[in-house]
Amino acid sequence: MTKKALFIDPGRCIGCQACVAACRECDSHPGKSMIHLDYPDPGNSTAAAPTVCMHCSDPVAPCAQVCPTDAIPIDEQGIVGSASEELCIGCGNCVHACPFGVPKLDLVEMLQSKCDMCYDRTSQGKLPMCASVCPTDALFFGTQAELMQKRPGVQAVDIFGFGDETVRTNNAMVAPAGKNLDRIPGGYSREPDSRE
Amino acid sequence: MRRALPVMAPGIGSFRKERSRARTKPRPREERLVETHCCYCGVQCGMYLRVSGDGKVFGVEPRDHDINKMKLCPKGVTAYQQVNHTDRLTTPLMRDRRDQPLRPVSWDAAFDRVVSEIQTIQAKYGADAFAVYSGSSLTTEKCYLMGKFARVALGTKHVDYNGRLCMVSAAGANKKAFGVDRAANPWSDMLETDVIMLLGANVGECFPVATQYFWGARDRGAKLITVDPRETPIARTADIHVPLRPGTDAAFCNAVLHVIEREGLVDEEFIAARTIGWGQLREKVREYPPERAGKICGVDPALIEQVALTWGRADKAMAFHARGIEHHTQGVNNCLTVINLVLATGQIGRPGKGYGTITGQGNGQGGREHGQKSDQLPGQRMIEDPEARAHICRAWGITDEELPHKGTSAVEMVHQAERGEIAGWLGICNNPLVSMPNTDRIARGYDSLEFHCQIDFFLSETCVRADVVLPSTCWAEDEGVSTNAEGRVIKYNKAAEPPGEAKPDWWIVCEIARRLGRHADKFGFGSAREIFEELRVASAGGLADYSGMTYERIEQSGGIFWPCPSEDHPGTPRLFEQSFAHPDGLARFHAIDWQHPAEEVDDEFPLRLTTGRTVAHYLSGNQTRRIDALVQQTPSPWIEVHPDLGYSNGDPVRIVSRRGSATYPALVVASIRRDTVFIPYHWATPVAANLMTVDALDPTSLIPEFKVCACRIEPGVAMDETMPPPVPPGGQSYDFSRMTDRQPSAPQGRGTGRG
Repeated sequence: MTKKALFIDPGRCIGCQACVAACRECDSHPGKSMIHLDYPDPGNSTAAAPTVCMHCSDPVAPCAQVCPTDAIPIDEQGIVGSASEELCIGCGNCVHACPFGVPKLDLVEMLQSKCDMCYDRTSQGKLPMCASVCPTDALFFGTQAELMQKRPGVQAVDIFGFGDETVRTNNAMVAPAGKNLDRIPGGYSREPDSRE
Repeated sequence: MRRALPVMAPGIGSFRKERSRARTKPRPREERLVETHCCYCGVQCGMYLRVSGDGKVFGVEPRDHDINKMKLCPKGVTAYQQVNHTDRLTTPLMRDRRDQPLRPVSWDAAFDRVVSEIQTIQAKYGADAFAVYSGSSLTTEKCYLMGKFARVALGTKHVDYNGRLCMVSAAGANKKAFGVDRAANPWSDMLETDVIMLLGANVGECFPVATQYFWGARDRGAKLITVDPRETPIARTADIHVPLRPGTDAAFCNAVLHVIEREGLVDEEFIAARTIGWGQLREKVREYPPERAGKICGVDPALIEQVALTWGRADKAMAFHARGIEHHTQGVNNCLTVINLVLATGQIGRPGKGYGTITGQGNGQGGREHGQKSDQLPGQRMIEDPEARAHICRAWGITDEELPHKGTSAVEMVHQAERGEIAGWLGICNNPLVSMPNTDRIARGYDSLEFHCQIDFFLSETCVRADVVLPSTCWAEDEGVSTNAEGRVIKYNKAAEPPGEAKPDWWIVCEIARRLGRHADKFGFGSAREIFEELRVASAGGLADYSGMTYERIEQSGGIFWPCPSEDHPGTPRLFEQSFAHPDGLARFHAIDWQHPAEEVDDEFPLRLTTGRTVAHYLSGNQTRRIDALVQQTPSPWIEVHPDLGYSNGDPVRIVSRRGSATYPALVVASIRRDTVFIPYHWATPVAANLMTVDALDPTSLIPEFKVCACRIEPGVAMDETMPPPVPPGGQSYDFSRMTDRQPSAPQGRGTGRG
């Protein structure tokens, strides 16, 4: 696969929140971060995990499918945008439909917003702000070949199982090569990795 | 669809409960990028500042510099928000008596007061009764100027800087062992090593961007050993983590070398050819079998064996340390035991083989080598060395009688003020009411001063106690050089004009010198560049030789490593390839015994308190406690306790030491030793960690023992309140009210996701 994507590796995340601070700097949503940064095992570990939009490709963008006003745009690359300010009615359907818990709903503004892969940056050839600054490459933007060259011994996972549903995504999680995928957050699928 | 960033108060709009004002702000029509570096830690990441057509800094853009390769931490991303911050000092402030509020005055009125107070105090009590206390977040030009100002314009021996609270123990150890004080290798050497040992360095939080070098090494197969009482984010996935008791580093390192020597893993050839003192050291480490050290350090002796074999059998290995082993009454000795290990195994002076301290302040390295340290002159020259004095007297055009001798250290000077031995004080670029140990005594010292002037760009907790506060520039409003933790000199560029009447620090200091009249002609600098040109001459021939560097050369390269003695010299990224800096070219071993910390635990105070940083804040927090994103991540301090101590998350826990007490919310974590508690130190009284710390000093480096003292904890009643940082008269304080329920969920702050 030659398309550039975000590769997320919670194993490398140091929880510094540079991505959160950087996301707030984006010209399209200043002062607001679209990234969820969780400390998933508080008390036992300093482990941290960033969640950005995975840009679901199959089914295409469940968030957009359930939107009653068609407010969520999808471009030809499969990038799923934030809800249009003009169309969004703040109903929150997308928040419930997203398998990864990504969209945020501002209850004061009654407006949804979510990670759009820094559309205004990537469309100009710049890296997304979060992946540019991530000190440890826990968020890596590039092709899978570039990832593998920098980081031997890993595999990319872009298929997730949720009960009977399988979700395929444009962005991918990074796991150690040979790792039993039962442990991948969000579930797993035994289908071979489409990127290989 | 593009919307602009707010040029106004950074980030404030986003947490008002109203429609976000930011969404409607127009994006600046014109924009240019200014190449510069971050103002914060010793990594000194490259960055671009985004500047609008009308000259306002309004954003940041990642920069692909050799040091950081576009990466930034949350402090770096938001650093630009200091520039147009509403809390900035824009006019001189003064008061006639300490019970009056500070009021805005003209520069002339402020200068008249400063000059007459200096003259009165020096006439009454002698030249040494006026002290200068500087900092290492200044550019090297300013650091150089502060040393010259104190010694030439004031004629006082009392000048020191806040690196005294930072890494002077490493500096002292490096001087003793190697003859020069600088990290031995560029960090890119890490990518070629097989084993990295990291002692007392919370790299993931204090130097987040340096993590890429450590993990770059691991991606290539290197093993990582971490030594720290807390399992920090970088220790979490380390191959070996040694959770030792605070204050026992020397015993641990001695025992590691014990095993290496026992197993015949020392590099006899290297020891014979390039070192002195192995015989005594070998006898000494034989007294430290892992069983003995295991008891002292509170760790399994098998772990020590494992570390020793991993290090000893490595083809290439590197050791790095930071404040964790340096902030001790045996700080210099701790560092020497690490150097012993490096030298005994010949792990230095080659790619992948080396050693370094990771300086905490942006210009921690440059700030300590050009003459604002109480015992040094420019170029890392020692002030009592007759040859060094002669060189500097020539460079400055003064006589040897006019050049003061060695003074006292930072904490000692405040204690002298408390005793009335120092009556006047000029502080710049520091905030000791947060950063110095045993805060109450520090406050007494400052309050005892007859006159206190502070130069800063935000009103710090120390500024609010001063008689005169002079408004200066932040890093983006002036140019100058800074030397990062590798020994690499980089350059800051000017991106904006200072706000209001604020002036560059060097202009303020030169103006005081001009009005004082003593050697006024030696302070006629009209720009930072002119100071740099004089610094090049003054440093020539010294250990830290900058004479071959020019602003243009630094900008054209990815930075130049000193020594750089001529304009065609490429600089020196890696030291000690052929020889060490002692006259005979050999390195020194030091036989070190572990000592108890200044204050051991007892029945009354059974726990050890250790202090440190968290990722969202920097030093005394005078800069970062005003930045919205950073305050949202970590609004207030906490006390980290082990689950076995019986508290739940968020419980009020009162900590008591012999010096003070405070009540914090508990953060219950299994990642800390059960005999140790931790508090981050960035906040002021009543939640200052330094209310509790001990002001005992290392006899050589005079660094305070921030990293271990005795304490006890008990259930608290009410949480002590985190106060917003001070603001100038008429200003509006940061609104903490909506933060009260936002206790951190992890040492790195509070998660932004659900739960």
